[in-house]
Amino acid sequence: MYDAPNPATEVGQQDIKITAKDVQVYYADTHAIKNVNVDIVDRAVTAFIGPSGCGKSTFLRCINRMNDTIDICRVEGDIRIDGDDIYDKRVDPVQLRAKVGMVFQKPNPFPKSIYDNVAYGPRIHGLAKNKADLDIIVERALRRAAIWDEVKDRLTAPGTGLSGGQQQRLCIARAIATEPEVLLMDEPCSALDPIATAQVEELIDELRRDYTVVIVTHSMQQAARVSQKTAFFHLGDLVEYGDTEQIFTNPKDERTERYVTGRIG
Amino acid sequence: MTDASQSGAHHRGSLLTVDARTRKRNAAEARFRYYGMAAILTGVAFLVVLAVSIVRSGLPAFTTMAVEVEFTLTAEQYADAEGQLFKTRAYEGYFNAAFEQQLQDRNVQAGFDPEAVNRIIGNTGATLRSFFLENEDLLGQPVTFNLPTSSRIDGYFKGRLLRENVTDSRFLEVSDLDLADELAEAGIIQSKFNWTFITGKDSGVDNPGGAGIGASVIGSFFMMLVVLFLSLPIGVAASIYLEEFAPKNRITDLIEVNISNLAAVPSIVFGILGLAVFIQFAHLPQSAPLVGGLVLTLMTLPTIIISTRASLKSVPPSIRDAALGVGASKMQAVFHHVLPLAMPGILTGTIIGLAQALGETAPLLLIGMVGFVAREYPDGLISGFMDPNSAMPAQIYTWAARSDGAFYEKAWGGIIILLVFLLAMNIIAILLRRRFERRW
Repeated sequence: MYDAPNPATEVGQQDIKITAKDVQVYYADTHAIKNVNVDIVDRAVTAFIGPSGCGKSTFLRCINRMNDTIDICRVEGDIRIDGDDIYDKRVDPVQLRAKVGMVFQKPNPFPKSIYDNVAYGPRIHGLAKNKADLDIIVERALRRAAIWDEVKDRLTAPGTGLSGGQQQRLCIARAIATEPEVLLMDEPCSALDPIATAQVEELIDELRRDYTVVIVTHSMQQAARVSQKTAFFHLGDLVEYGDTEQIFTNPKDERTERYVTGRIG
Repeated sequence: MTDASQSGAHHRGSLLTVDARTRKRNAAEARFRYYGMAAILTGVAFLVVLAVSIVRSGLPAFTTMAVEVEFTLTAEQYADAEGQLFKTRAYEGYFNAAFEQQLQDRNVQAGFDPEAVNRIIGNTGATLRSFFLENEDLLGQPVTFNLPTSSRIDGYFKGRLLRENVTDSRFLEVSDLDLADELAEAGIIQSKFNWTFITGKDSGVDNPGGAGIGASVIGSFFMMLVVLFLSLPIGVAASIYLEEFAPKNRITDLIEVNISNLAAVPSIVFGILGLAVFIQFAHLPQSAPLVGGLVLTLMTLPTIIISTRASLKSVPPSIRDAALGVGASKMQAVFHHVLPLAMPGILTGTIIGLAQALGETAPLLLIGMVGFVAREYPDGLISGFMDPNSAMPAQIYTWAARSDGAFYEKAWGGIIILLVFLLAMNIIAILLRRRFERRW
């Protein structure tokens, strides 16, 4: 079951893409994230696991500042992508989100055509000079999201008419069409059936070659299958962070061990 | 889990017999269903009574009893009449001569009395003169005139006026009714569709027959233009800001509560506000559709804001997340994704707000749009906004307040026209909703 590629050789000396230092998140008076320090590796899949309400999604949403849209949410500490503090006053969240794409828990295609779904990001960021350019971008994104063959004949059909798994891959295509560097995935398979899940997982493994992927998941098997690094969150604390294999086979913290063996959570 | 030995204590009896408790519950449910049906039937009954009484009282306003006469005026007669001092009297003389001749040709027995004809169809001279002044090319040719009868004769044929109630006066003598009956028998007095009622202007209190609702429809139209072009952009902008951009704090809470409160403020309060602000302070003209439109805009805004916010709220947040997630700015997320999805709700709310404004009378009382106002058609856009006019409901109110029974009939007729407009607007709202509705 724990058939992840050997992280020791795969990740090795790779660069650090995202660093978080002493990150605190508050929802009004609730201290949701306590003192999280983590270095996320470039071109690898990092999984956030932990029981419900442990703050893993909250922390994920800090990385592209989606928490800005929640009025009562307050973020303290330091999160850097390529050394730039993303909470700096000079950083425009819109620009940040072009660089850090996101895929959500529930597939949420726009109620527009498949083509327009994917083309929307490139359009608003001015990535295509003309229609032909845009066609190329859309095709490439759909190919990378492994959905091109299924939709190439009905690009004008509404994206909402696809099956759940196809919708989620469409959302992934939409996210990568803007050429992000980091891809955040918030439980991307929780609304999918096992076959669609397998397809998306395969895709995530592919995406690792070009992107820094951070995935929140409830399924420990999934974390073991797709990730090279795993972080275990519990009650707002980052309990343990390390190579996936080590977390699952030889956890250092007792809480991690109890969680991965199914005794808490 | 339970012990086998305890299962006897939990025995509930056969499922085939209904126990007392269930029976009671079912009876309560059946009773409630009957109450509900009774309530609906009461409502339907009232609606039917209302519709029947409106149609019965209002339909006669759409017809008029008119005298159909063929009349030829020769060029010589025209020149002669225009040369006289009392021109209209001269026209009347020619007409009466021709009319008398026609009555004899058709064997109408009653003696011809110019005075009686005058009481039945009013002063024909002025009508004929203005017609021939405009249509000189028709001189010497037979022209068919449909001359409306006086409101009393009209009422006599429609059953509004009974013969036993008529006493001789300078308006009507009992003998006139005999003449009118004979004219009707000979097919000279006929019931015609009353175009004047639809296209005409308000008339003085002594001429109910000539009163029409057309000018006040134009007044309402200009008011609705003002309401639409002010309340839609202001209302939608305010709702988008409050719903999507404004921070949630005590000030926005206060604004929110007060918008709901404004929706419940009696419309006459908006009227007196309009009087104070737009007329007394800003010195806009009285009785102008512009001012009426401004007042109604104030009244409609809360409705539009509330319905727009509700439809913005009903757009799933996942759509906003999706747009923000690919790097759209907040404004792009709203205008590219949220607003199009909320559009059917916004349009429905707007049209319902407009329909409400169209039927509103009370605020118009205070800014002078009630009374004998709608007597001129506006001649152009600016005049349409600025010149005194009335509005449909105000015109209906004015007519209902006049003593002549013919005006009462017009008021009901006006209500039919108002309801037709409201129905049309509601149908448009339904069609727009169908057209734009999208599922996700």
